[in-house]
Amino acid sequence: MSTPSSGTAAPALEAEQLRLAYGDHVVFSDLDLEIARGSVTTLIGANGSGKSTLLKAFGRLLAPASGRVRLYGSPLRGQSARQIARQMAILPQKPLTPQATRVRELVSRGRHPHQSLLRTWRQSDTLAVNEALGVTGLSDLAERDAASLSGGQLQRAWIAVVLAQEAPVLLLDEPTSFLDLSHQLEVLRIVRRINRERGTTITMVLHDLSLAARFSDRLVAVHDGRVVADGDPWSVLTPRVLRSAFALDASVVADPQTSTPLVVPHELSS
Amino acid sequence: MKPLAVAPAGPPRPRLLAVTALAAATTLVLAVAGIVAGSSGLSVPDTVRTVFVGGDASESFIVFQLRLPRVCAAVLVGASLGMAGALTQSFSRNPLATPDIIGVTAGASAGAVFAIVAVGGTYAVSAGVLSLGVPVMATVSGLATAALVYSLSWSGGVDSYRLILIGIGASATLTGLTSYLLVRAELSLAQAATQWLVGSLSGVSWLSVWPTLVTFVVLTPIALTQTGSLDVVQLGDEVATGLGVDVQRHRLVVLASAAVLTSVAVSASGPIGFVAFVAPQVARRLGRTSRPPLIASALLGAITVCGADVLGRAVLPWTVPVGIITALVGAPYLIWLLARGNAWERTS
Repeated sequence: MSTPSSGTAAPALEAEQLRLAYGDHVVFSDLDLEIARGSVTTLIGANGSGKSTLLKAFGRLLAPASGRVRLYGSPLRGQSARQIARQMAILPQKPLTPQATRVRELVSRGRHPHQSLLRTWRQSDTLAVNEALGVTGLSDLAERDAASLSGGQLQRAWIAVVLAQEAPVLLLDEPTSFLDLSHQLEVLRIVRRINRERGTTITMVLHDLSLAARFSDRLVAVHDGRVVADGDPWSVLTPRVLRSAFALDASVVADPQTSTPLVVPHELSS
Repeated sequence: MKPLAVAPAGPPRPRLLAVTALAAATTLVLAVAGIVAGSSGLSVPDTVRTVFVGGDASESFIVFQLRLPRVCAAVLVGASLGMAGALTQSFSRNPLATPDIIGVTAGASAGAVFAIVAVGGTYAVSAGVLSLGVPVMATVSGLATAALVYSLSWSGGVDSYRLILIGIGASATLTGLTSYLLVRAELSLAQAATQWLVGSLSGVSWLSVWPTLVTFVVLTPIALTQTGSLDVVQLGDEVATGLGVDVQRHRLVVLASAAVLTSVAVSASGPIGFVAFVAPQVARRLGRTSRPPLIASALLGAITVCGADVLGRAVLPWTVPVGIITALVGAPYLIWLLARGNAWERTS
């Protein structure tokens, strides 16, 4: 199940017998997971369930204790940081916004994997930056100091950084945290649009289950170092899964407009 | 071939270019002033004539054997310290993380003082020790300290916060050792060592200029290969990894370059305080950049040391070692910077 069947293209990402640990604390002991090309997959789970740890392992920010991660069939280990960065972008939870940096300058950092001693800044880099600014609605703010942006604008600027990277695989670790509901919606609309228009494979971690259901093709529920449910939003967001993964008594109803599942929490289950 | 990121990951910055050009011009003016100025009573026209046409034996000696090496050393030591400071402050994202803080300077000083105090006592060898042994000991022990601090900070990778803390610890230990050597030494040797510790260009000859020149010329291009990575590392280590920076390799290159630049500079002039701290911060503020720019920091370091030297031997009525002037300017600047930083935190 971990090796791609012959004749078909390898999945965008694959975890093979992955063992992830922080020192002695083992988070996942033997995990296999595939992320299909062109999909939007969201990892869900309670705080401390290991969903961000898993995303970090996919994004080679955390080296596995054993097992491996493959990107388009090739193991991450053994590829140079720059080689990987041209194929996979990752936006971690708490990026640092440097001082005295205009939005355009910040977004242009996303072009780093495409630069080298022999290949300096070009027209194509400027175009990629302009497009990333356009998609995230920041064209008018491009000359502003990044530190002066509001929370929602800044998060869009960070999304623009990874968009400028133009990698076919994009990992987002809680891209909507600290944002109010309308700005969460704004960010996720951009994410969905990138997926539809560029065919970018997106894997992210989200806390809001109803938003996760609305903007994802597939949900993966993680609990205690195991995948407890995996599939389309309706098959994963069931009262049974919510009870086991979140210790939550909840009902799941259909969104009247989008007909995606909505989670209505009632009580903490005992 | 491994591609190296040299170009700044972004559009050109005209302000930084202007600041760099202006700093280069100022360096040149100060260097000329350093050659012209002096206490030996050589007039300005005589100096100019000696440089371009030639003078008698004593004029040539003063200009080519005393002033020129001194000015060259001032520019190169300042530039090395400025660039080293820009490198360590940038990679650690911490303006306090100078080569002084992470132990290189204290290591070089302990080595030099040991050479002066332990070996210099024998009168016959002391001249040789002072001209050759001291710089070699300073360089070697500065580099050894850097290597030790780096390996002690290693735990599956080097974390810059831990590096700074271990560096501070190593600095304190080595400074204690230096004090012990001074207390135990004969008075004349202790005085010679103290004079060295202040940081001075008065004993400089061509012999001390060449190592700094070679080091600076070799290490500048190596440091410049890290320009793009330094920009990206400002966004955090995880973002930098995601953008294709091999963070650990980048840190090793940056730290090794800074350690070599600092050790060799300190071995030529003694530890000239605060240059590695102040020059990069001034350069960053003038250029309005997200981190200290390498070339502009080097030039501002050259301006600081060369300017302090001219001030100390030609403007002030008495001779003041360059290290004292940079400390007198640098320490208040540090206080001002910290005070202003607090004000920012309060308002935000």
